[in-house]
Amino acid sequence: MIGDSRTRRALSALRHDPPAVAGAAVLLLLVLVGVAGQWLAPAGVNDVDVDQMLHPPSWAHPFGTDELGRDVLSRVLVAARVSLQVGVVSVGIALLVGATIGLVAGYYQGWVDNVLMRGMDVLFAFPVLLLAVAIVAVLGPGLLTAMIAIGVVYTPIFARVTRAGVLSVREQVFVRAAVSIGASDLRIIRRHVLPNIAAPLIVQTSLSLAFAILSEAALSFLGLGVQPPAPAWGRMLFDGRGFVTEAWWLGFFPGAAIFLTVLAFNLVGDALRDVLDPRQLTLGEARRSTA
Amino acid sequence: MSRFILRRLLQSAVVLLGVTLVVFLLLQLVPGDPVRVALGTRFDPQTYEALRSRAGLDRPLLTQYLSYVGHALTGDLGVSFRSGQPVTTIVLERLPATLSLALTAVLIAVLIALPLGVLAAVRNGSALDHAVRVFSQFGVSVPDFWMGIMGILLFAGVLGWLPPSGYVALTDDPAGWLSHVLLPAATIGLVTASILTRFIRSSVLEVLSADHVRTAEAKGLRGRVVVLRHVLRNALIPVVTVVAVQLASLLGGVIVVEVLFAWPGIGRLTYDAVQARDYPVLQGAVLLVAALFLVMNLLVDILYARLDPRIRVR
Repeated sequence: MIGDSRTRRALSALRHDPPAVAGAAVLLLLVLVGVAGQWLAPAGVNDVDVDQMLHPPSWAHPFGTDELGRDVLSRVLVAARVSLQVGVVSVGIALLVGATIGLVAGYYQGWVDNVLMRGMDVLFAFPVLLLAVAIVAVLGPGLLTAMIAIGVVYTPIFARVTRAGVLSVREQVFVRAAVSIGASDLRIIRRHVLPNIAAPLIVQTSLSLAFAILSEAALSFLGLGVQPPAPAWGRMLFDGRGFVTEAWWLGFFPGAAIFLTVLAFNLVGDALRDVLDPRQLTLGEARRSTA
Repeated sequence: MSRFILRRLLQSAVVLLGVTLVVFLLLQLVPGDPVRVALGTRFDPQTYEALRSRAGLDRPLLTQYLSYVGHALTGDLGVSFRSGQPVTTIVLERLPATLSLALTAVLIAVLIALPLGVLAAVRNGSALDHAVRVFSQFGVSVPDFWMGIMGILLFAGVLGWLPPSGYVALTDDPAGWLSHVLLPAATIGLVTASILTRFIRSSVLEVLSADHVRTAEAKGLRGRVVVLRHVLRNALIPVVTVVAVQLASLLGGVIVVEVLFAWPGIGRLTYDAVQARDYPVLQGAVLLVAALFLVMNLLVDILYARLDPRIRVR
């Protein structure tokens, strides 16, 4: 199958791409921290110690302590789970909903296509973060609503990528042959269309994970993500901003964690794009990345 | 061309109508009674009834929507649940601050990205090219608010060169405005520059391999002349559109940067409205931004079609 050989080729090419290998290694480490963060953490994330307030990095507290004397390293480690969870769930929502919409629109075309894609155009008309903030504002802040909001704002890009893929695959001879022998729509979509549009979707997923994690950090920074006292990197930056000039470590370490995570996803995503889908437009990416 | 513009105008009008529907529905999604939620402890029956009636919440849903669109067309976006002031006035008051920040940020971005992107493409594969690619990869991945915090730490805390936050209007005190805008604009500008650099590099690379460039080189034209006269002209067409799209995004208010630097623009207004549960102001800000975003994208498409006639037939 085309899909299988492409995947093998992609994996082999990725192994020879040092930045992609570094990115994958960071992601592996991150998953490990996400799963085992609370056991790896040297202290409890909410262990308040008024005698240890705003202590700079030391052997006892390698990332220092915050304004309540809590260990910053422990909070950074445990917060990894939140970022990964939000990234995976929200992009999962966007992929599932967006790809279904794109598939139906591209396959059936006509008025169905028109209605669905105009709906996607409407969502695309909002800057990403603004729409996410508005959704969270009305539904109420929290982990679940942040995941839903980020999922909603990234849905149109998946719908567009899927639709574009379906439109080109639909005209291929093997699809027309399947139609002419009377194969059902579901069978054609499952056996012929999906395997051939997987590549751009994989690329979009890995790049969207990076943006979703950035969006979650931004929502948390605005106090609209995970609620205290649970730790989240963005929230830690927000809480630490008042002490930025006297306690640099409060801002530095959580931000560096976000940066490394997003960089790792971008490195892997870019390498995947180079191998699987070199012609994918970067304009969409540019549109989604600032808000 | 006029047919293309007409088609794009119609499409944009349909999308704008959809945008008003989404913005209208935001208020309906608020769990419970939005006016009661907004008033919180300041609740008193008289204010409550007045606000509900002014917002039209006591009428059927369809009537509410039609009235919302009708009023929006005349520039009436309702009144703030908090201050009772017209939303349109509140939102428009914040526009100059956002506009000045966004334009400065895009200027910084272009000044960095243009030479870097062109040099990286012309010297493809060199150490400089690798360094530029690393810069752009880092820039795309760095959270802007983190860079802002680090900027405050360095330039306001350690060096003491710039104020850590705040705003001075350009018309009141240009020098004061400049010192306040530099940090937030550089924060956004560096991130935008990294996106633009990538785009300029790949655009220039594509044109460099085109036939007419090879012909120009074969004629014996100097490298500088080829790049300036034959490459940049063609390569910058798509770049202009990306710059405009970036500017449109920034006009939407860079919420986190405006919050971090206490910059009183649309982003900060949105944040304050969320905190105060002032839903009409939130709706107004979101609607204005989406409409601006839509208009900018429409202008970009028209500009693009004018610069590159092949677009019109697609």
